[in-house]
Amino acid sequence: MQIHDKPTLKAEARNLNFYYGEAKALKGINMPIYDKKVTALIGPSGCGKSTYLRSFNRMHDLYPGNRYEGEIRFFPDNTNLLSPEVDPIEVRMRVGMVFQKPNPFPKTIYENVAYGLRVRGENNKRALDDKVEHALRGAAIWDEVKDRLQDMAPNLSGGQQQRLCIARALATDPELLLFDEPTSALDPIATGAIEELVHELKKRVTILIVTHNMQQAARVSDYTAYMYLGELIEFGKTDEIFIKPQDKRTEDYITGRMG
Amino acid sequence: MQANSLTTEQIRALIAKGKLKDSIFKAMGIACLALALLVIVMLVSDMIAKGSERLTLDFFTNFASRHAGQAGILSAWVGSLLVMLVTALAAVPIGVAAGVYLEEYAKRNWITEIIEINITNLAAVPSIVYGLLALGIFVYQFGFGQSILSAGLTLALLILPIVIVSTREAIRAIPAMIREGSMAVGATRWQTCRYHIIPYAMPGILTGVIIGLARAIGETAPIITIGALTFIAFLPPVPYTTGADGVTAGLFDWVMSPFTVMPIQIFNWTSRPDPAFEVNAAAAGFVLMVMVLSMNGIAIWLRYKMRKNIKW
Repeated sequence: MQIHDKPTLKAEARNLNFYYGEAKALKGINMPIYDKKVTALIGPSGCGKSTYLRSFNRMHDLYPGNRYEGEIRFFPDNTNLLSPEVDPIEVRMRVGMVFQKPNPFPKTIYENVAYGLRVRGENNKRALDDKVEHALRGAAIWDEVKDRLQDMAPNLSGGQQQRLCIARALATDPELLLFDEPTSALDPIATGAIEELVHELKKRVTILIVTHNMQQAARVSDYTAYMYLGELIEFGKTDEIFIKPQDKRTEDYITGRMG
Repeated sequence: MQANSLTTEQIRALIAKGKLKDSIFKAMGIACLALALLVIVMLVSDMIAKGSERLTLDFFTNFASRHAGQAGILSAWVGSLLVMLVTALAAVPIGVAAGVYLEEYAKRNWITEIIEINITNLAAVPSIVYGLLALGIFVYQFGFGQSILSAGLTLALLILPIVIVSTREAIRAIPAMIREGSMAVGATRWQTCRYHIIPYAMPGILTGVIIGLARAIGETAPIITIGALTFIAFLPPVPYTTGADGVTAGLFDWVMSPFTVMPIQIFNWTSRPDPAFEVNAAAAGFVLMVMVLSMNGIAIWLRYKMRKNIKW
């Protein structure tokens, strides 16, 4: 494995607190996200890893009563994603997301992928065709669907639906791609395909992935963050976290004594 | 291995006891359902039996007449359809927009709470009250007169709560993950509504609209209040045709025309002393029933067609 001195920063959480109404769900998180790397978020259920992930595309803004404190700096332009002056739509145009359960729209395969482009005002048929194909190839599903782009997406298998959702997120060339337990609803074969894809995708996009599966974190990620009760307990290179964790709580979790 | 202290016989006895209650409830349910259906079947068959001799083509193409044998429902069914058209054109955009606003845009606070409670209350307001309101506002204040427009708008008010509530329910049935999926690629709220929420809610909205229209088509009281005619021997002007008076009708002249509707025609016939008109009333009642049932049939068919492609 090639060693770089210092990977480039893509984003950085600075003193991030998050509240669901009165309940404090994230407590003072400071953490870097490195460019073109896969960062895994692990931790027991309810530890705030999904809450943290969903702060990166301001998903919490859709629901009333949610509040952020602190910053998520996004590079190279040093934008604070959480700033009230930054429109959440602008954030979501730069940060894509793949959900826990595959959520294709009840439309055709083609329209699912083209949607993000249409939202951006792209109506040229040729350009749409090209980008849809490119995104489907990027999500390793092109060969399976190229002859039936006009079929309804919900008729695909679960694994195919999830790769379609990845294609939908890829179509608009995001800088950061969020995965919220993307394989928890899939069988082992489909899971393997998604993991392979994540590995392939980090050549072109920074990835932040929540997973409850530690083997998966070890397999796909370059960096791992262990969270517990809304706090970031430990962050580091995945090999180091899994081989010699610094914190007792991390060690307990990854060795299965807790969680 | 037996985990609890019950023997197999005891378990079987327990199940048998439970099953007996099951069967009793089932039998009662079937009996109630049969009773309800029987009443409907009797009402309809009674109307058919009484009115069948008048159900000829002439009945649909004749105007009302003093002679029961020559009287028809031409102006009534045309009036009903045109009033429904105005009602739908007014109630659907307003109702759907209000429903979408309340579900997708409005903040949850005491103002929206009050609005929500009052929409439910509006559905319970007696229809005659809508008639009085419309008489003051549409007929006199706005000067629409005793026209198809006034009647259509009155009934639109009447069914607006139904349209709003069914729109909201249809929207609530859409999983949050679909909305999040749309927002996550950078769509605005309106884009999400336009491409996802409204299309996916459409089957439910349409069902609500048609149920609302089916209620409106049978409404009598508010239409009488605003002054529909009971005897009318002409049709509203067809756009761009020249009438007997030599005036060419404009595209929307028909909305200002006087009119009558099916339930008023029926009401008028039943209140006459000559029993021959009762036959007409039964026949017209049957036609009205068929109109309502076919509207419901269309609603079911549309919902089935549209839902086929919407699943998550």
